[in-house]
Amino acid sequence: MNAMLDTPQSVTSPVIAGKNLVKEFPVRSKGILRRKVGAVHAVSGVSLEIGANETLALVGESGCGKSTTARVLMNLIPPTSGEVIYEGRDLTKLSRNQMRPVRRDIQLVFQDPMASLDPRMTVFEIIAEPLRVHGMFKNGGRDRVNSLIEIVGLNPEHRNRYPHEFSGGQRQRIGIARALALQPKVLMLDEPVSALDVSIQAGVINLLEDLQDELGLSYLFVSHDLSVVRHIADKVAVMYLGKIVEEGTTDQLFAGPAHPYTQALMSAIPLPDPRKERSRERIVLQGDVPSPSNPPSGCRFRTRCPLFKELGESEQAKCIEIEPPLRSDHAGLTRAACHYAEPKQLV
Amino acid sequence: MSDISVSTNGAPRSTGAKGDVVLEVKDLNVSFPTDDGLVHAVRGVTYDLRRGQSLGIVGESGSGKSVTSMAIMGLLPKTAQITGSAKLEGEELLGLRDVELSRIRGKKISMIFQDPLTSLNPVYTVGFQLSEAIRVHYPDVNKAEARQRCIDLLDSVGIPNPQQRVDAYPHELSGGMRQRVVIAIAMANNPDVIIADEPTTALDVTVQAQVLEALEKAREEVNAALILITHDLGVIAGHTDEVLVMYAGRPVEQGSVDEIFYEPRMPYTLGLIGSLPRMDEDRGHRLTPVHGTPPSMLNMPSGCPFRPRCPMHQDICAEVEPPLMPVSGTGHVSACHFAGDLEGKSPDDVFAPDASDLSVEAEVEAAEIEAAAAAEVESSEEGK
Repeated sequence: MNAMLDTPQSVTSPVIAGKNLVKEFPVRSKGILRRKVGAVHAVSGVSLEIGANETLALVGESGCGKSTTARVLMNLIPPTSGEVIYEGRDLTKLSRNQMRPVRRDIQLVFQDPMASLDPRMTVFEIIAEPLRVHGMFKNGGRDRVNSLIEIVGLNPEHRNRYPHEFSGGQRQRIGIARALALQPKVLMLDEPVSALDVSIQAGVINLLEDLQDELGLSYLFVSHDLSVVRHIADKVAVMYLGKIVEEGTTDQLFAGPAHPYTQALMSAIPLPDPRKERSRERIVLQGDVPSPSNPPSGCRFRTRCPLFKELGESEQAKCIEIEPPLRSDHAGLTRAACHYAEPKQLV
Repeated sequence: MSDISVSTNGAPRSTGAKGDVVLEVKDLNVSFPTDDGLVHAVRGVTYDLRRGQSLGIVGESGSGKSVTSMAIMGLLPKTAQITGSAKLEGEELLGLRDVELSRIRGKKISMIFQDPLTSLNPVYTVGFQLSEAIRVHYPDVNKAEARQRCIDLLDSVGIPNPQQRVDAYPHELSGGMRQRVVIAIAMANNPDVIIADEPTTALDVTVQAQVLEALEKAREEVNAALILITHDLGVIAGHTDEVLVMYAGRPVEQGSVDEIFYEPRMPYTLGLIGSLPRMDEDRGHRLTPVHGTPPSMLNMPSGCPFRPRCPMHQDICAEVEPPLMPVSGTGHVSACHFAGDLEGKSPDDVFAPDASDLSVEAEVEAAEIEAAAAAEVESSEEGK
């Protein structure tokens, strides 16, 4: 059943693409004037492409801008600059009315299913709401909702229950059913399984895989967990402080991450295997992520980079002064934004 | 590294040899009376913890893993009904009055909680809170000495510039840093036992690695035993020697970390392992979810609590709750009637990954409803 997923990436044009997306949130002073005193550089020049029936995973730690990127990509937050191309149009230029029909095609699934479902609506009403909003309920909406409930693996007899009557995994399935109601082409999944217990998480991951096969969906899978990403994604982009530091297909990336941050991230994920865990090489990063309102010059990772510490002074100067672009002319298979990228096998 | 032992008031407290039993928990039961009836949160937890050993307690949310250690620390509300025994170096902890417990807590046994922001006081500096932990147990340590020791402690958990950070307030530190302060407080008095309850769940992975390293170092320096409570099997695999798997308030399997991961003898453990996406595995592999949800702790069904979700269940499972039975001579025990059948089985063999979620889910649900109904009948009969 995974045969379809494992075929090489589509060479055809991407379904949705973000080009040089930048999002800065203003930091305002206290008092009445609330002057702009700075900016949080949440997303700084991110370009992404998602093909049909493809999963792109966006990986990074909290605060690296991955959720903001997802929201900018579906034009929920207007970007400071950059464009989002969907079906040949730049979404960021569209008016609210023009955007409305496009919203049907791009849907979002949130992390916390309890917070994203209205506690006073029944499951049926929750899933029917997008249909009603888009005026599609009168035309066979009832059957559509019932079949959606079934598609995501819930019992249709439970359609009149309220969210609190379900377990966490079932609630996430309701959230997925709601996102599917308008037959979207692209799903933005914002940490869809990280709030769930492991035994339940697996069921939701399997469901997402099945839905992709059946409906030909494209996913943007936002996650901090590389083990889930390895399982579900075709392509991976690793983010650090608002920038993509490394990208490649899942196989390429896990075979030999070339950016020191990806390497550290990969070695920090514990493996559920005691023998491997004891013998593994561990790269423990020092310090914390710098503030995105004042990111380091040059390479943003240099303040925590284990490789940077070993470099000579002239080499360090390059990291401090020149921002490394994503490049593939290093020994590895991925595109990495590091002047001294060197692939390393870690798993 | 700095000298960690508290030696200011004469000889350091005797630290026993490695391998001595420091904490002995026997048949611990905890229940909470609620409007709907008695909730049995913990049922019959028994374990021995040796000095220098680290015990992992793993289970899903609501499996009673936190309540077990809260009971040992005497942190449960007064309404909780606790039976059984928990002995710290031969001294019974359960039933002690608050004053008596206060002499032990933070000195012989200390605890690290999940969220460092709620376990630190926002209006005091971290140095004040650290020295408070020392001076409350050793009143004759003067302020200057306590401060010096705070700096040493902060240094030993890997906080940069401890001389300055000692005067910082919790909000001035990052999440990982705060958790390291909490670890420093926990190790301040050379405890015999450190209980860490989901110490890294609120943290990012790279910070999690730092904190786990600090915890490991702290444990080695003070030669304490560690209880690591987590739902993350990866953390368990890398940082513990012994593992206790809990389900519905009961220990269902216990053994060395290798036995649990490579030869699980309880379908639940096997299911947990099979449902984990792994970074060292190619993506062609399909996960094997454990269908259904854990039972409600009210009206527990008779028989094995895992039965409704277990693909191997047979008639006996509905009637008799299996006790923990030895699997091998090494202390590996599991609570399953058919533990022997699991030998050499992989999660895929038992949990049928390809069956459609819906059909299995419906089946599991039917079993759950049936079990709940049976339990209700039982409890109403008891009422008469």
